[in-house]
Amino acid sequence: MKSLASLGINEKGIIKHFSDEQLSVKLIEMGCLPGTEVQISFAAPFNGPIAIKVSGYHLSLRKEEAECILLED
Amino acid sequence: MSAKQELNIALVGNPNSGKSTLFNLLTGLNQKTGNFPGVTVDKKSGSFTTADGRIIRVTDLPGTYSIYPKTLDEQIVQEVFLDQSHPNHPDIAVVVADATNLKRNLLLFTQVKDLGIPCVLVLNMIDIAHQRELKIDLRGLSIDLGVKVIATNSHSGVGVKALKEILSKPLVASKKPFYDIQSLAPDTISQIQQNFNLQENYRAYQYAQQTERLTFLDEAEKEKIREIKSKNQFDNIPAQSQETIGRYQLISDIIDHNIIKPNEDQGRSISQRIDKVVTHKVFGYFIFFALLILIFQSIFAWAEGPMDFIEGGISQFGSWVKSSLPSGVLNDLLTDGIIAGLAGVLVFIPQIAILFAFISLLEESGYMSRAVFLMDKIMRKFGLNGKSVVPLISGMACAIPAIMATRNIDSWKDRLITIFVTPFMSCSARLPVYTILIGLVVPETHVGGIFNTQGLVLMGLYLLGFLAAIFSAIGMKYLLKVKERSYFIMELPDYKLPQWKNVLLTIYMKCRTFTVEAGKVIIAISIILWVLASYGSGNQFNNAEEIVKAENPTLSQDEYEIVLNSHLLEHSYAGQFGKAIEPLIRPLGYDWKIGIALITSFAAREVFVGTMSTIYSIGAEDDDETTIRERLRQEVDPKTGAPMYTMELGFSLMVFYAFAMQCMSTLAIVYRETKGWKWPMLQMTYMTAVAYLSALLTYNIFS
Repeated sequence: MKSLASLGINEKGIIKHFSDEQLSVKLIEMGCLPGTEVQISFAAPFNGPIAIKVSGYHLSLRKEEAECILLED
Repeated sequence: MSAKQELNIALVGNPNSGKSTLFNLLTGLNQKTGNFPGVTVDKKSGSFTTADGRIIRVTDLPGTYSIYPKTLDEQIVQEVFLDQSHPNHPDIAVVVADATNLKRNLLLFTQVKDLGIPCVLVLNMIDIAHQRELKIDLRGLSIDLGVKVIATNSHSGVGVKALKEILSKPLVASKKPFYDIQSLAPDTISQIQQNFNLQENYRAYQYAQQTERLTFLDEAEKEKIREIKSKNQFDNIPAQSQETIGRYQLISDIIDHNIIKPNEDQGRSISQRIDKVVTHKVFGYFIFFALLILIFQSIFAWAEGPMDFIEGGISQFGSWVKSSLPSGVLNDLLTDGIIAGLAGVLVFIPQIAILFAFISLLEESGYMSRAVFLMDKIMRKFGLNGKSVVPLISGMACAIPAIMATRNIDSWKDRLITIFVTPFMSCSARLPVYTILIGLVVPETHVGGIFNTQGLVLMGLYLLGFLAAIFSAIGMKYLLKVKERSYFIMELPDYKLPQWKNVLLTIYMKCRTFTVEAGKVIIAISIILWVLASYGSGNQFNNAEEIVKAENPTLSQDEYEIVLNSHLLEHSYAGQFGKAIEPLIRPLGYDWKIGIALITSFAAREVFVGTMSTIYSIGAEDDDETTIRERLRQEVDPKTGAPMYTMELGFSLMVFYAFAMQCMSTLAIVYRETKGWKWPMLQMTYMTAVAYLSALLTYNIFS
């Protein structure tokens, strides 16, 4: 299954569910809800954190966190 | 109208919602910083008076995204709302929401509302929402959310008057909860409600969710809750997910009803264009380091004038006091002890003001979170976190606010490492020590026609501190075994123009806190030092006059005074302490006089200069650096007859001060932040060891 980390800049996806329960509540609070559209806006250099557009604002997270966000096919 | 004259109001909202600006608009200069009882979370509180003369107390709670805390600062929000006997438990909660991003901002609002606390919802930054052509139906929102809604513009202050008016009238909490939590865990909730006599379902549910975190419940009460939870198979995380998703569904519906969005978002695309440059792999780092250099330069260049002015002013004031009061012990204590000590504090105000001006500009504009974003990957290589950038930069002014700024780091390991290494960053208190020693042992020449050698040495010392911080962090990364998942989820707020009022207020509040906090310590130390250096015991001290006269029969009156003073100091209590540690510091090239300065400057590094001037018996009138420097230059090593302050001694001392934990206040703050003596003691031992060994090495390399 595709994760958010596999998307390139400007690519979009729809959140399906999360592979890490602990992390999922934090992400849900920040508006990463299942069924919501996310778009990668830009990324920090050297494989650093990424910035995504979700629920109408920009959120940054590391690649590891992005890997826990699974997208609909 | 209630009989109570004072009304407690809490401002609560997401980070970047403009909450602090609103707080400043409500209270003006009528505010103070303190601590919440029992914890060291900065509490900003203030007050305003209503038209009918009632005083309304306003507390600005730390920004948070939900009632579930992720950091220490956020925990206070939950504590204040859940503990009904908390001294800051509000009568009314003013929930501040960013009108341009209502969906996420409303989550916290619905949680606070369901706790049964009377609420007002403020849609802040309404001007920006209008700019982006968002059409918000305030009446509709108010009806759907069951709360009074006020739109404010934090730039112009429009809406603040209306808010004050609403707050001056009695407000009742709506009985109907926004989200029906009861169906999520019916038995757990009703049993906790019965046991703890709680009215609101959501409050009981929060008792179940936050059992371990709530400090106002005792162990027996927590045990009771645990029992109820396990009996009903209450599982925290799935319940929280379900609750949050449920709340968001209701919020989404309400937003869809009441807000019409244009298709293309103008303001946001500007932010995005700036971000493309600011987070670029070349320009991004270039901008970041250019900003650091700019801050660094201004702290030195712009602060110099005001610092000289303050120093000169206080020294004149000191001489005036000395000459206008009758001479005697009290006069000496006042001028040589207290006023001299006070000068040591006040002189740092310009540097602190400049540093905090920059920090608050960077935070207000939204740049700081980009710096964190940009640096995260690099910082992680050193066992730190992107969020360590802020404390490390602040550490160049003072480790105390810097260590307090680590609270934003959610991972305990990352936070601990940041706390541990931040005091290595060269703070402004090291500056006077460096200044006087560099002037003493580094010749003022130019390298390559541009760089001043003295300036280069100073830069080198700052670099040394930074490297010590980074390498210690790497070491700790491997030594600390903590099984905790580090994560990094951070909002990147849209860029906005900083508001000078907020910046000025920050500077004012920070300087005031610094003066009061550091002032207390330094004045106390100055008095103790003065007493220890003025009194002593034993024959050498008590019969000093006869002994000096007998040893130096040919001296003039002036010379005699100087010799007598240094003889008295050598045999005073302070002198005895210095002599006691002399064998230990001799390998570094130091004598007992420097020993005294090392002991006293343990309280705070800048005390070094004051102590040296006291020790070298320089009167209060000419208590400026040149004369101390001159006096130090003339000092002769009694063993060799050569000048005492050689290059090797100077560098050895500078290196010692670059690394040593010579700051009581830092130790105290680390104790508070890590809740125990283990870390501050380890930190002090480690830093002193690094300082001692490096100074030993330096002394031997240069000699």
